[in-house]
Amino acid sequence: MQGFAVALQPANLLWCLVGVVLGTVVGILPGLGPPATIAMLLPLTFLMNPAGAMIMLAGIYYGAKYGGSTTSILLNVPGESASVVTCLDGYPMALQGRAGAALGIAAIASFIAGTVGVLGLMLVAPPLAKIALSFSSPEYFALMALGLAMVVLLAGRSMMKALLAMLVGLWIAGIGTDPFSTTSRFTFGRMELLSGVDFVVVAIGVFAIGEVLANMEAREETQLLPVPKGLRNLLPTVQDLKDCRFAFANGSVVGFLIGVLPGAGSTIASFISYGLEKAVSRRRDRFGTGVVEGVAAPEGANNSETGGALVPLLTLGIPGSGTTAVLLAALVLWGFKPGPLFIPENPALFWGLVASMYIGNVMLLVLNLPLVPVFAQVLRAPVFVLYPVIFGISIVGVYSTSGSLFDVALLAAFGLLGYVMRKLDYPAAPLILGLVLGAAMERALRQSLMMSEGSLSILVARPISAVMLSLALLILLIPFFTKVNAWRLRALGS
Amino acid sequence: MPRKFGTADFTSGLALAALATYIILRARQWEYLGPDGPGPGFFPLWYGIAMAALSGVLVISSVWRERSTGVEWKKIGRALAVWFALAVSIAALKPLGFVVSLAALTFFIAAVMYRRPPALAAALAVANAAAFYVLFPLALGVPLPAGVLGF
Repeated sequence: MQGFAVALQPANLLWCLVGVVLGTVVGILPGLGPPATIAMLLPLTFLMNPAGAMIMLAGIYYGAKYGGSTTSILLNVPGESASVVTCLDGYPMALQGRAGAALGIAAIASFIAGTVGVLGLMLVAPPLAKIALSFSSPEYFALMALGLAMVVLLAGRSMMKALLAMLVGLWIAGIGTDPFSTTSRFTFGRMELLSGVDFVVVAIGVFAIGEVLANMEAREETQLLPVPKGLRNLLPTVQDLKDCRFAFANGSVVGFLIGVLPGAGSTIASFISYGLEKAVSRRRDRFGTGVVEGVAAPEGANNSETGGALVPLLTLGIPGSGTTAVLLAALVLWGFKPGPLFIPENPALFWGLVASMYIGNVMLLVLNLPLVPVFAQVLRAPVFVLYPVIFGISIVGVYSTSGSLFDVALLAAFGLLGYVMRKLDYPAAPLILGLVLGAAMERALRQSLMMSEGSLSILVARPISAVMLSLALLILLIPFFTKVNAWRLRALGS
Repeated sequence: MPRKFGTADFTSGLALAALATYIILRARQWEYLGPDGPGPGFFPLWYGIAMAALSGVLVISSVWRERSTGVEWKKIGRALAVWFALAVSIAALKPLGFVVSLAALTFFIAAVMYRRPPALAAALAVANAAAFYVLFPLALGVPLPAGVLGF
């Protein structure tokens, strides 16, 4: 109640609204992420009440998650890194004339999972934080291995091509300066590659540019996407909501638990949630072709992760991501000390923040659902109008991230790669998976082997990592079991 | 049924095998295991080996598969023409700036690729570039590459 007393103050309500609207806009624009936005606004917050400032900045953080799905679904341009997974089924849904339903289910899943994330933050923050502390390099390696094992579920028609794409992603992740030895790897003598290849460059290039190039093969002028007709396709149906029951729960829980782990991030939460949803779904063969659960699960995980990421930040003073690092800086600048005593010493601020996240989630749902038909009207634009806009957004998205024209040139190169991959039937998602997880996985493995003086047994001697590695192995064996089962059924049939 | 080469898989498999060879050769130049643990060559060597193995299997398996339907070079040519235009517009970002480059790219797509009337394509090019200029540098304060004209 104390929290709502703080959150419902008119000034704080206004800051919440400002934060979620700004966050939504930031999420829609590729490249312009929450960390940069929060950092830019930080000086302004010194003039504000700390509670109002924290409420606004947090609103930007989770608001961006709502916005990121919009361009993923409508244009196949991931608005932020975790929205990449939403492209896999969201864009195909739009191709089928169900863009409105996809946007709607993304908003609803975000609301449900965001609320669960807040509940989790409220109820289990301190004990969960202690468990998160027990995660060390072997557990992180196992978590990354579990994430990479999801390639099996993202493979599409050819497992071999999916694995090759993932390995290419690992290679791209390795470009740059080795953090342990400062050796430069695969930089081809270019200074610009010393800091590696930015994720945004690869994701936008492979997904957005590659898609546009593939679409432009045909001279016939067709609308990019069918405009949704009738209310059925403007919003999710009751059947859609029923189909997503497990996806809502899956996204909420997976996102929150992974968010609690510092450094894990919403991207891996989205991938794992998507993989889990596909594994248990009765229509797993249709994932990637536009199933509504394929949007709900990763979007839910993406939003629930926000609540989880605030757990180590507020209870231990450990930021888990770029955004929470900036939030930590904000708290320190305002004179607070995030850590085990933060909640007991600042109950009004903590509970006010929690309550504002409930309110912010409601605001986002109220804002986003009515805008769905508006966003869907974007689809009326003819392709010769839309494609240059997509190119423009892609260039701006990349340039605004790094300010580097070299990165924009890389965007074109990865755009060509995305087109070639489409033509040769190589799935793009495994490449992104390898890129996202590669650097963290290598770092965790090398740290683990340093801890154990070169012995791999450390990875299986610790129970949490052993369990996750076993799960990863089981997932990798799924295609084998499926084939054996198919042979057995054929043999029985004949 | 006679076996034929699966061209696309054969070619892409060879390309990936070449990449894998490059990765392995470079990885061998770096430290594999040092006094403090695995070196910079450790991880690349292993994923390079995995890539080499899988691409080898892809090449071999493609030899045994039927040739897929013919390549539609005209369609690919269209896509590559657009990509080339994009590449040229990106190269022009530094001298001409984002606004002019995007306008030129828009005109090319509308007038050349989709054969819209030149006047319409020109109007579209100006409108698109102006919208980006108003939204990003002016409204949002997001800097865009500026050329000799100052924008």
